Amino acid sequence: MTAPSATWRLMRTEIKLCVRDKSAPVWGVGFPLIVLIILGSVPALREPREIYGGLTAFDIYVPVMILFNLAILAMTALPATLAGYRETGVLRRMRTTPVGPARMLAAQLVANLAVALVAVVLFLAVAGLGFGVQPPRNAAGFVVGWLLSATALLAMGLLISALAPGRNAAMAIGTVLFFPMMFLAGLWVPIAEMPPPLRAVSQYSPLGSGMQVFQDAYLGHVPPVQPMVVLAGYAVVCAIVAVRWFRWE
Amino acid sequence: MPPVIEVRNLHKRYGNNVAVDDVSLTVQEGEILGILGPNGAGKTTTVECVEGLRAPDRGEIRVFGLDPLRDRAEVTRRLGVQLQAGQIPERLRVAEALELYSSFYPRPADWRELMDGLGLADKAKTAYAKLSGGQRQRLSIALALVGNPRAAILDELTTGLDPQARRDTWSLIEDVRARGVTIVLVTHFMEEAERLCDRVALIDAGRVVMVDTPAGLTERARSEQRIQFRPSVPLDDRMLTSLPDVSSVTRRGELVVVKGNGNVLNAVTAVLARNQIVAERLRVEQASLEDAFVELTGKRLDPK
Repeated sequence: MTAPSATWRLMRTEIKLCVRDKSAPVWGVGFPLIVLIILGSVPALREPREIYGGLTAFDIYVPVMILFNLAILAMTALPATLAGYRETGVLRRMRTTPVGPARMLAAQLVANLAVALVAVVLFLAVAGLGFGVQPPRNAAGFVVGWLLSATALLAMGLLISALAPGRNAAMAIGTVLFFPMMFLAGLWVPIAEMPPPLRAVSQYSPLGSGMQVFQDAYLGHVPPVQPMVVLAGYAVVCAIVAVRWFRWE
Repeated sequence: MPPVIEVRNLHKRYGNNVAVDDVSLTVQEGEILGILGPNGAGKTTTVECVEGLRAPDRGEIRVFGLDPLRDRAEVTRRLGVQLQAGQIPERLRVAEALELYSSFYPRPADWRELMDGLGLADKAKTAYAKLSGGQRQRLSIALALVGNPRAAILDELTTGLDPQARRDTWSLIEDVRARGVTIVLVTHFMEEAERLCDRVALIDAGRVVMVDTPAGLTERARSEQRIQFRPSVPLDDRMLTSLPDVSSVTRRGELVVVKGNGNVLNAVTAVLARNQIVAERLRVEQASLEDAFVELTGKRLDPK
């Protein structure tokens, strides 16, 4: 059997290419990590506040940066790579091999998940060891939240890859969606301090939902149903439309 | 023995544009079949249907007796493909690409040997994006052969290569053929077809004009031969026009141009020798495959 080794090699190759591409490691991992370190160094952000349910502003920024990482990878790195592969005939070339392009696409998803996994471990370690942030009190809830957020975002990234005509268009669409999504996750104004109408919008956005699950996991609550349903909804709908519209060439 | 590739009445259109009207071809085991034709004749669409990249609108295709669309896994295992437009990721390096692709096949060729054979050894660690056009071309040939295929389809094999690299590639293809690999070669280089192909299919406007050996095609296209020479002493044209093998005699300055059938050279040299006339600067014009093409389709292959 050669198939497992081919799949394994493809995954390793895609991870290697993802790292070589630099945009995922620099913007998806390095940049949010530096922001995290800078925010952690501001004493005012490390005082517990009633409005955050007893967490500090910095505590809140840890999951924001985890979502930042997922969003960069899924909304820009993944679509740019896949649309580029289609544009330059990489997927077409794969169609003439026994392995086929679908496994290459899967390997690309795995590569992004692997980078995201490294990032989440790194961010939690730096926040914990460097700035004394307690790990999420409901670890299972945190893991479920991360997996659901990753799935929803990667499905959205696949949808962009399916609909964008080329690499540049995919990059543009991903970047344009990235900023409002991060805003609704509380990157600039924490969700708790948003005016009520904005908070309502945030509740139905993928990253806003991700934040709710994370925040509850930090406070030790069982993750609430509504944001998990929202995330699952994004994942299912985007994945179905992406599969329906995706073209290999 | 059943043919390796069989195409029957293939028809493919894109919207209102008929790319392939009616193409039938068979490729026998161990041969090199050339597919020759001008741009837009339907060569690439034809081979893309054989490769299973496109679904034909009508007609039947068998590769090793299998359906290239339905029996995808088996066909891709046995058929090596070089695409005109089909790349690998920009940051993938030459050796990595070959190693990765060789892992796709059950019994791959030695990829290091292929890399050396195609003169890519010193580029092993170079990223695809940094390769020259010729180097990319050679890598795509290597990738087509890395699965140790029983048959290979090579589309525009040596386009973009310099003359030396082109000759090196031709000898590589001859080595591959010597191992019994069946090859379909899409080309618009006459020299390439004449050197490599056992048979050539001329395709024009989505139809097969003719299939024959390169020599057979040139013969068919021009049964007429042309010779020219400068006679050592003045010559009466009637001495030549009276010969049954000669069809016309014309003058170009001091040169005599004689046209006639396949035997015209023998007939003319014999009559000149009898009259003790020496044919100086004698030139016999051989019809080339290029001439054959123009003759049979009324088009030039490579319009400049």
